[in-house]
Amino acid sequence: MASIKIRAKMSGDVTTVKALIKHPMDTGLVKDKKTGKAIPAHFIQEVTCEHGSNKVMTAMWGAAVSKNPYLSFKFAGAKAGDTIKLSWVDNKGESDSAETQVS
Amino acid sequence: MKKLLTIAATLGLISTASVAVQASPQEDLKEFRAYFAERFPDVPFKEYVNGVYAIDQASREQWEAIEEFPPYELNIDNGKTAFNTPFKNGKTYASCFRNDGDGIKQDYPYYDSATGKVVTVESAINDCRSKNGEEPLKWQKGEIADISAYMAYTSRGNKTNVVVPGDEGATAAYTRGKNHFYAKRGQLNMSCADCHRSNAGNRIRADLLSPALGHTTHFPVYRSKWGGLGTLHRRYGGCNKQVRAKPFKPQSDEYQALEYFHTYMSNGLVMNGPGARK
Amino acid sequence: MIDMKRRTFLKGSVAAGAVSAAMGAGLLTPRMVLAAWPTAAFEAKTVDSALDALMGSHQLEGSDKISIRAPDIAENGAVVPVSVETSIANPESISIIAEKNASPMTASFVMGTGAQGYVSTRIKMGKTSSVIAVVKADGKLYSTGKEVKVTIGGCGG
Repeated sequence: MASIKIRAKMSGDVTTVKALIKHPMDTGLVKDKKTGKAIPAHFIQEVTCEHGSNKVMTAMWGAAVSKNPYLSFKFAGAKAGDTIKLSWVDNKGESDSAETQVS
Repeated sequence: MKKLLTIAATLGLISTASVAVQASPQEDLKEFRAYFAERFPDVPFKEYVNGVYAIDQASREQWEAIEEFPPYELNIDNGKTAFNTPFKNGKTYASCFRNDGDGIKQDYPYYDSATGKVVTVESAINDCRSKNGEEPLKWQKGEIADISAYMAYTSRGNKTNVVVPGDEGATAAYTRGKNHFYAKRGQLNMSCADCHRSNAGNRIRADLLSPALGHTTHFPVYRSKWGGLGTLHRRYGGCNKQVRAKPFKPQSDEYQALEYFHTYMSNGLVMNGPGARK
Repeated sequence: MIDMKRRTFLKGSVAAGAVSAAMGAGLLTPRMVLAAWPTAAFEAKTVDSALDALMGSHQLEGSDKISIRAPDIAENGAVVPVSVETSIANPESISIIAEKNASPMTASFVMGTGAQGYVSTRIKMGKTSSVIAVVKADGKLYSTGKEVKVTIGGCGG
């Protein structure tokens, strides 16, 4: 199932992208209450957004970004109906991506 | 603790009257609403569905920032998929509910005089599962909360409409819930009413206490503290533990009765779940 | 009323969700990306060393062309909404630093083609601290900060 929910809305020339990603963003500092052992760090390290062949934004994250992270940014140059793609990779090498159309 | 009760006593707001006299549910509701209207004269009735965010601007702004893209959307998606996935026997949840389960959460909980039990959305979900040969889901979080969230979502905008018919069984369940709400418990010897009625809008350590009016409209709830979605009974258990009382089991008679009374007190307020809270 | 609007808004987007497709791994090979992740910056224990690692300098110039939107008192330190907006021309990156976190460097957004000077996210804060926004532009680092009070720890407690 997709871990990314993404919306892209245009106003004038600027597209505002909002995304919500399902991810634990574990810091590695929290102990499991049952076992007493630290829950290993598991967090998204990089998020990229592409518009056609253009890389619009690259985010580099540490584990201090909140669980089920949210992200919003803006860029110019898209047209309604254009596809944008958001992808992420975490510290374990897991990844996912999703696309949406600019509305 | 003593300070809290002193404040409450000074405000003359510890109401023992409603426990001593046997008022009808309708009279209780009228008194409940009147109490909060007097406590917070600037808060319009329909705003109570937003809890503390109706009475505190600073936390409201943070809540609105979260509502830009609330984490419970992921739960609604899961819930919708789960709701529409057929059981092993080919039937779906829709077959167990009025209107295929769409936009009906405002009618819960209700009293089933045939079984003598209060029926909550979560208990109805698991009843549906057992009727169709499936194992029950765990009560407090996970899939049951997601399905409840989906059902809450399709019910958004519908006014809470809990019915307490005049028969003995329903009235007894309602009264049991009401007594739980007003009874002191735990090592801290506090009742639900102490915090959420007498001290609504005041602080307990760093937390702002929400008014009980409108409490149930936004459940199930995604709490930042939980980092996830949980049901109303999960919260009841947490609250009982916070006053150092032994919690009851989720979907126990006690919590079902409490939910019956608690939700009735929000009749007329629109459903706005699932919600996001701190 | 916010609640009615939310339902309509969300209903539309649940339909849009059907359009989003989960793509498999392999589009961004881990090795390619992890090589780019600035480990030293994210593991640095002080603001200065984090900036040195990420930007090669910790020389910051205060700027009133950067604004931070964050609560004065965080409701819950685990989820603190932070937005940064800047009118500085051609920003290359916007970084968010939580001064008193164990590892202050929290997030760094590199502006690509057409990107505007605006980012918004939610961060964890372990205690009351300044949230510092650093904008890199024209080879300089501009910054502004805002204190956010955290009354309870944000890491699950």
